[in-house]
Amino acid sequence: MFQDILVTGLVNGSVYALLAIGFSLIFGVARIVNIAHTAFYMLAAYGFYALLVKLGLNFAVAGLLAVAGVTALSLACYKLVIEPLREHEAAVLIATIALAIIFQELMLFAFGGHYLGIPSTLDGVVRIAGVSIPYQRFVILAVAAVMLAATWALLYATRLGLAIRATANDLEVASLMGMNVHRIALATVAFSVALAAIAGVVVAPVYVVDPFMWLGPLVTMLAIVVLGGLGSVKGSLAGAFIIGFVEAITVFALPAGAFLKGAVALSIMVLVLLVRPEGLYGVVFEEEER
Amino acid sequence: MRYWLRRLWMQLRNEVLVLPSRTLVLVWAIALLLLPWVYADPYVLRIVTLTCLFAIFAASWDLLAGYSGQVNFGHALFFGAGAYASALLSLKLGLSPWLTVWAGTAVATLFGLGAGYLCLRLRGSYLSLATLAFPLIATGLLFAFPGFSGGELGFSGLPRLANSLLGNYYIAVIAMLALVFGLWLIADSKFGLVLHAIRDDELAARASGINTPRYKLAAFALSAFAAGLAGALLAHYMRVTGPFTLETALSFQVVIWGIFGGVATIYGPVAAVFVLYPLTEWFGGFQAFGERRLLFFAVIVLLVLLYMPRGLAPWVRDKIETLCPRCKQRNGAWRTHCRLCSAPLIATDRPRASEPDKG
Repeated sequence: MFQDILVTGLVNGSVYALLAIGFSLIFGVARIVNIAHTAFYMLAAYGFYALLVKLGLNFAVAGLLAVAGVTALSLACYKLVIEPLREHEAAVLIATIALAIIFQELMLFAFGGHYLGIPSTLDGVVRIAGVSIPYQRFVILAVAAVMLAATWALLYATRLGLAIRATANDLEVASLMGMNVHRIALATVAFSVALAAIAGVVVAPVYVVDPFMWLGPLVTMLAIVVLGGLGSVKGSLAGAFIIGFVEAITVFALPAGAFLKGAVALSIMVLVLLVRPEGLYGVVFEEEER
Repeated sequence: MRYWLRRLWMQLRNEVLVLPSRTLVLVWAIALLLLPWVYADPYVLRIVTLTCLFAIFAASWDLLAGYSGQVNFGHALFFGAGAYASALLSLKLGLSPWLTVWAGTAVATLFGLGAGYLCLRLRGSYLSLATLAFPLIATGLLFAFPGFSGGELGFSGLPRLANSLLGNYYIAVIAMLALVFGLWLIADSKFGLVLHAIRDDELAARASGINTPRYKLAAFALSAFAAGLAGALLAHYMRVTGPFTLETALSFQVVIWGIFGGVATIYGPVAAVFVLYPLTEWFGGFQAFGERRLLFFAVIVLLVLLYMPRGLAPWVRDKIETLCPRCKQRNGAWRTHCRLCSAPLIATDRPRASEPDKG
């Protein structure tokens, strides 16, 4: 049981981290509550399925193409739908909900509502310190670790990362310092959606693919982001593993745990918020002090 | 008698018929009340009944989210609380639905107070995302104790409030008219003004001596009251209740209705429900659309938003009415001078409607 908890917690935690960090970045830089974030994750899983199973491509090529396609799509959505509405925060919010529903319905129409399984791309298990991890899950861990390191490098070692952090900290001052905040927002959206798409591609062989697979992770992701503090990358990372392990412990250690895993994770979020209303690593945004 | 009739007519002429928007509302209310005598198609009556119940739900969301700025993403919690409490009482204790509907509403109000209490310290997006969790926690508990809650299937075979189609129709329409008008009166009163103040600047409201936690709790309780009543009425009308009353999709649906119709207006979300709900049903009627009606719904919402980002009702009202630049009263668009202070109305430089943009 301990082994199950450890592996499941790590794998789910790293998938959640990929999703939550992207969401958090978009919120921090562009102030968009992007409900469609996990819909892009779902689209990537479908794209991977179509390229791998229907077209018979190599799985690395299929994965890369799926991620690239979804990222391009997200940029098109941002340009066509979100940017004309940017001044109206409420309208942006329901535009992202509408986009998510549109994607869900399109997938339902194209692939049907049943569960699609992707054949495991790798078989066998790897043993590390007495804990055996199936290769497929090990791939998730490895990819997530690489992507998290890449995110860290992007944010803390490049000029673009500096600009992203500055914009997230204070949009107006960043703009006054001569940063092109629109282009930074665009870059952030592309990068964040790419993270979500990668998560979608790597989990597709482990989970099942269906048009409603975005709703569950959406709620968990929102809980993580709120738990860690909106707009904080560090908080999202910590929150992702906290929730990942709490879910794993609930499922494996409690009776009827599978039903309660969401409830327990969300209750922890609510409890943390009661003590710290701005989340674990939250920063108070200037605009919200109005 | 003649005096009162005359007074009623004067009231009507001076307060309602001078403004196209109020006339429109009056015509709509009368049309709803007369519909069964003109066109008594059971399918249409059923759709209108459901539309009315969802309209109550949408209006209650607007009081909380639009006026006091507590943008609730888990409004289905109150809807589900009302539905479940009423269903449990009427099935397990065998009470009359006329009693249990009120009991369900009371339970929902308590849930509103509880949720409001938990949310007192939260603001902005934190509040929205935390409230999203509440109905999901409730759903998890329902699934974990299927013996008490009916589990995934919920309850069916609830008693109806009235046995005839017409009776149920009038219960829904009258409940909707009374509650929406009541919510509008509350929102238009001094209480609503305080809620506006809390939304725009909570700190300043507190500094002006307003007990903001108490007002926020009151807004939560009132909103939950109306939402719970809608939920309980819907449960008894459909004769089923289940986890669908707590779904995230329902919470999102009410957010879409609210923002699509125009926030902080009460009538906006009601108008949105009356446009969108029958429209989705109508799409469902076509063979070709059937499966894809949600897709068309989302596309329509998106397209309409691109043209009227502030919502449907404020957009329409700006087209048919102008705001007097001097006394800030609304006038029919055909007037050249204000009906109250006779200041000239400049058609080209049309000021925005009285409600401030939500930031």
